[in-house]
Amino acid sequence: MRRPSTLTAYAFLYLVFLYLPVLFLPLFSFNSGTIVAFPIKGWTLDWYRKLGEQDTLIQALWNSLGVGTVVAILSTAMGLFAARAFVRYRFRGQRAAEGLVMLPLVIPGIIVASSMLVLFLFLGLKPSLLTVVLGHTFLALPFSVSILKSAFDDFDASLEEASYDLGVGVFETFRRVTLPVVSPGIVASLLVTFTVSFDEFVLAFFLSGNQPTLPVYIWSQIRFPAKLPNVLALGSILLLTSVLLLVLAEYFRRRSSASEVQ
Amino acid sequence: MIFRSEASRGYTLSAPATAYVGFLVAAPLLILIAYSFWTQTYVTLDKTPTLKNYRDAFADPLVRHLMLRSVWIAGAVTIATVALAYPIAYFIAMKARKKTIWLLLITIPFWSSYLLRVFAWKLILGFNGVMNSALLMLGLIDEPLDFLLYNEFAVVLTLAHAWAPFAILPIYVSLQKIDPSLLEAATDLGNSPLQRFMRVTLPLTIPGIIAACLIIFIPTVGDYVTPALVGGSDGKMIANLIQVQFGAANNWPLGATLSMIAMLSVGFVAIVFVITATRLGRRIR
Repeated sequence: MRRPSTLTAYAFLYLVFLYLPVLFLPLFSFNSGTIVAFPIKGWTLDWYRKLGEQDTLIQALWNSLGVGTVVAILSTAMGLFAARAFVRYRFRGQRAAEGLVMLPLVIPGIIVASSMLVLFLFLGLKPSLLTVVLGHTFLALPFSVSILKSAFDDFDASLEEASYDLGVGVFETFRRVTLPVVSPGIVASLLVTFTVSFDEFVLAFFLSGNQPTLPVYIWSQIRFPAKLPNVLALGSILLLTSVLLLVLAEYFRRRSSASEVQ
Repeated sequence: MIFRSEASRGYTLSAPATAYVGFLVAAPLLILIAYSFWTQTYVTLDKTPTLKNYRDAFADPLVRHLMLRSVWIAGAVTIATVALAYPIAYFIAMKARKKTIWLLLITIPFWSSYLLRVFAWKLILGFNGVMNSALLMLGLIDEPLDFLLYNEFAVVLTLAHAWAPFAILPIYVSLQKIDPSLLEAATDLGNSPLQRFMRVTLPLTIPGIIAACLIIFIPTVGDYVTPALVGGSDGKMIANLIQVQFGAANNWPLGATLSMIAMLSVGFVAIVFVITATRLGRRIR
């Protein structure tokens, strides 16, 4: 018999540490009291009902959805080409190029945010959703490149060669052979990059001007204790959305690495 | 075929991504550097290059204090996160039977908004918050604990939670790479489990530990959300001061200078760390 070791016990405690904070948001979003503390006064769905009545929130939601969609398309398109180049071809400076594309992951957020604000104003771009899109695409690119690289890794290059040998052109081959095989990777990349943008705060805080995205809106509400239940309800919905989108992305990512040629 | 050589196809396809990232890394940096040498009086920008901002920043005790505190908090966060994460990575790599499930379990909470996770900690640690009210209800304390929120401890705890997978995954990968026959050899040569860990396992995972430390330390020095939400006045960090310069204080040249100082400090500490850790790793072996 396997005796439960200290290590196993620690592992389970650690899971509690990881999950508990995140689970408190949804728990207290159903609390009818306005103070986030035990004991819970009673259960209610009111805070969720009231979300729909707030125009600034709805506007922020649309802003976030729009920004996320454009960011997902832009970063996945650029990531698709780059990932193919990195996996399929060998060229000088390739490692440097791959490293460069990963750079946005390690630069402190405040430095990216402040320096981009200065750059965009220098170029005559006023802070708006456009500048947020440009910034988020920068942040999302490493994610799309790494997801799509693993999608191309599992792709058998001889399929393309067979297509060329059969006299099919480059673009037609890409459309009919390459794209279908890597499409689960593309879907995964779209979902992940959308979520990266949807959840991002610091850059949007600096670059959104007077067009707040949802996290920026939440930030403006956090300061007012009276708005707390609202933020809890909204936050819980966002948590659920992010997790669902990324579980979906994970599903597609696995399908892409598991897919075989029939 | 449109392009004759493989290399030119590689360049063309990767160009949009590399050009985009390259431009958005280099151009803001150059402008930031330029701004840090300019000065501003009220709203007029004086573009005569000067070191005045740097002199002012270094002379200002607040800047020195916040910079040192940012580095020390980031160091504490890094050590706490890696120390807490190592046993988990070890457990998943060496003991757990369903590795993929465990890896998935530790990453799921981090697929949620960082802002909301920090916000959750603020609610938990507050004076009238979740933790205090739960402890009161259970009768473990008579009055709320006031040392939980708005200090350096809250910042370290929140970030040790926020960065967990960034520590677990690199260490897990390096543990995974260890050849089991090395461990068997150590045992056959009469090493106790502890000796075996110190002499074989730990030195072999140093690359993973270094990666985890860098991934955590670098962004933490410039973290804005956590000190702003749970740090209070004792837990403010350099990013909060930088934000003020670009926001309310509207002194961009000073903000740019502070960003430069933060970036250079991070770079300096990171390089010293990598060199020391690599040397140390060789010595253990």
